[in-house]
Amino acid sequence: MRRRVLPGFGLSLGYALAYLGLIVLLPLAALAWKASGIGPHGLVRLLSAPRTLAALRLSIGGAVVAALFNVAIGLLVGWVLVRYRFPGRRLLDALVDLPFALPTAVAGIALSTLYSPNGWVGAFLEPFGIKVAYTRLGVFVAMVFVGFPFVVRTLQPVLASLEREVEEAAESLGARRWQTFFRVILPMLAPTLLTGFALAMARAVGEYGSVIFIAGNIPMHSEIAPLLIVQKLEEFDYAGAAALGAAMLLLSFVLLILVALLQRWSNRWAEVSQ
Amino acid sequence: MSARPRQRKPGLPRRLVHVVLILFALVFLLLFLVLPLATVFVEAFRQGVLPYLSAIREPEALAAIRLTLLVAVIAVPLNVVFGLAAAWAMTRFEFRGKALLGALIDLPFSVSPVISGLVYVLLFGAQGWFGPWLDAHGVKIIFAVPGLVLATVFITLPFVARELIPLMQAQGSEEEEAARVLGAGGWQMFFRVTLPNIRWALLYGVLLCNARAMGEFGAVSVVSGHIRGLTTTMPLEVEMRYNEYDYVGAFAVASLLALLALVTLGVKTLLEWRYRGELAAHAPGGH
Amino acid sequence: MRKFVPALLAVVGLMLSCMAAAKDITLLNASYDPTRELYREINSAFAQQWKSAHGDNVTVQMSHGGSGKQARSVVDGLPADVVTLALGYDIDAIADHNLLAKNWQQRLPDNATPYTSTIVFLVRKGNPKGIKDWGDLIRPGVQVVTPNPKSSGGARWNFLAAWGYALKQPGGSEDKAKAFVRELYKHVPVLDTGARGATNTFVQRGMGDVLIAWENEALLAQRVLGKDRFEIVTPSITILAEPPVAVVDANADKHGTRAVAEAYLQFLYSPQGQEIAAKNYYRPRSAEVASRYASQFPATHTFTVHDLFGEWRQAQAKFFSDGAIFDQLGPGS
Repeated sequence: MRRRVLPGFGLSLGYALAYLGLIVLLPLAALAWKASGIGPHGLVRLLSAPRTLAALRLSIGGAVVAALFNVAIGLLVGWVLVRYRFPGRRLLDALVDLPFALPTAVAGIALSTLYSPNGWVGAFLEPFGIKVAYTRLGVFVAMVFVGFPFVVRTLQPVLASLEREVEEAAESLGARRWQTFFRVILPMLAPTLLTGFALAMARAVGEYGSVIFIAGNIPMHSEIAPLLIVQKLEEFDYAGAAALGAAMLLLSFVLLILVALLQRWSNRWAEVSQ
Repeated sequence: MSARPRQRKPGLPRRLVHVVLILFALVFLLLFLVLPLATVFVEAFRQGVLPYLSAIREPEALAAIRLTLLVAVIAVPLNVVFGLAAAWAMTRFEFRGKALLGALIDLPFSVSPVISGLVYVLLFGAQGWFGPWLDAHGVKIIFAVPGLVLATVFITLPFVARELIPLMQAQGSEEEEAARVLGAGGWQMFFRVTLPNIRWALLYGVLLCNARAMGEFGAVSVVSGHIRGLTTTMPLEVEMRYNEYDYVGAFAVASLLALLALVTLGVKTLLEWRYRGELAAHAPGGH
Repeated sequence: MRKFVPALLAVVGLMLSCMAAAKDITLLNASYDPTRELYREINSAFAQQWKSAHGDNVTVQMSHGGSGKQARSVVDGLPADVVTLALGYDIDAIADHNLLAKNWQQRLPDNATPYTSTIVFLVRKGNPKGIKDWGDLIRPGVQVVTPNPKSSGGARWNFLAAWGYALKQPGGSEDKAKAFVRELYKHVPVLDTGARGATNTFVQRGMGDVLIAWENEALLAQRVLGKDRFEIVTPSITILAEPPVAVVDANADKHGTRAVAEAYLQFLYSPQGQEIAAKNYYRPRSAEVASRYASQFPATHTFTVHDLFGEWRQAQAKFFSDGAIFDQLGPGS
């Protein structure tokens, strides 16, 4: 054991674990306990019901698509913010965190105001037959909004530390700009992009407050899984709600574990390569 | 890193690429971030300044502001202490299950807000695990301030730790080890070496944690009970007024929250600008 | 010490004056969404009346939300002394958890519903789509806004009103009613979670051609949001919506507020309470008050839940519980 010269291992880890236990694990245990009330048959029935499947498909599918979009646009925005100098850059940089800080309900109301057929953007899109609010596209917009900062903020420090020398070496060896990007830069960014993707997706899968205002909430079509949970609660079906919630949670957790392992792996790889 | 990397003067096509990329980024940020923010303020001031001012001076609004501040004042310090402890353990020591711990810390990011409210109802509600006992002893958690605080703590738990872990990882522990070797006590080392090194990241984490704590809607909505003037925080007040067709009032309260978001981001940017060198030196992956 | 004595005296004086003065009583009323304006007025009128009769100050705190959510909150421990919800089933659910007597509906006159409402249509100015009756809602090109009956009490009344209309048509049957509501929900572009959300979608976002709404909501929306923008259409036949009220026995007894809580609900039946209800667009039970507000409430044929569906519990089980008729209507089925 190296680094044992430093004090406080027991205290800090013990405190962190106790706190996590009380604030996160105990409540989640209650969730699991309640969910178990539904029984294996109930669980299978719940998870195989067409409406549940449709809602999960929308929540997960929407989150995946939104996270992919966020990775692309996050890479672009991160790149622009780190590499280019232009007036207002700092302002834009600050704005990236807005979805972290803006309450989801406010975001939902603002987005639906903006993208409904009589809103600023919605009215502009209407003549082209593009409907955003109250469609699946609306769900997508809200999910992009909540997940966006995760990608940029994971990406930025790594982009900043990318060694220009490598790019320049590639270029001096005759690589074209786009070749450098796809062959050199992108592979170096891949683990970070994946982390950003997973975080943005995990956030979007569970999102409720902002989506609810802009989605049409039509069963089988534009109804997200968290809404289904709320409706189960309305029917006093706590077990069903808890089971659905636990299923979604498990999914996110597996995703986060994968990310954490990936990060460790890429950290080690970085250490070795240094 | 050298201040100016050697670079050929960008040629015309490359400059064109720059401009196009910047424009793309601008359009996206405009559509997804700037316009929603602008909407809030435009709607809030739709009828002018006076209705706006009177809307945020109503007793319900003031009560909501007070409650929101109270919840944040309790929740944020709790998560700061946790964030410090978790970051210290995660970055200064090797132990089994570290990846698991990291994932657990991130977990509240991805728990649907509906669920994060529900779990506390399952624990402390009248039908929950501890409900009957609490009821018998006259302790109120759900539909009272403690419930709001718990839900908020849950939602904002990762923010401080998330800010600190990559930074402390990158900083390494040489300075702290040196302090120890020179005979500093544990707390002395913490306050003289560790804290000064992480103060900006810590402050940034606190700001984001605070912004999120004040803005949380879904989870708080489940445990609040919506008793006007007693258990309604600002985001709930926004929804309530929106549902009363008081759009100016709703957006006025929302604008306060948006303003908070802006101030948060402003302070953060200022910090970054003012202490640029220091932060850059400590940026994750920096060298 | 010199500072301490006057401070002590002040505290004692304050305590004495408090003891001599009126008692402060607080009630919590857990209600559904569209009753905000109604109870704001009721609460101050009741406080005045109680003060002059008993000398005590009553403050009624309000909690508003979807009817089902409110019932759930009370079950989970929201310390409401009285509940004033959108439909009987939600109070039944509270009774199922032994927080109030199962026979709550017999404890107050008129099935414990001091005021009623109906379900009407709100259309845009000039009624551009020519909506006159339920049948017009399923014409091609008509978009209907109504909330989700799974989460909104008001939406359940909407659903049952549509069902009842179809059932009561010549040659009407269960199958035809089902076909009608299935078609109707195909015309719904947005299913909001609550009645107020649906109104906002229709009014603020400009979605849809018709909003199916409580009559009191439609009248209020028209007043608040502009008579020049919306018209109300009363269909040929509709449901008599009966939003019930009850004292939550367990909570009122615990807080020692039963007497006030009961008086509060009784106040709703008093001439003054009925007047306030009518002013806030609820149809009063009192014939005398109703006659003065006749112009506001056009006569229409109505049926009750009891007429067509029996108990609310049965209606709930048949139409709205998991896998019941509403779930079978989904666009995918």
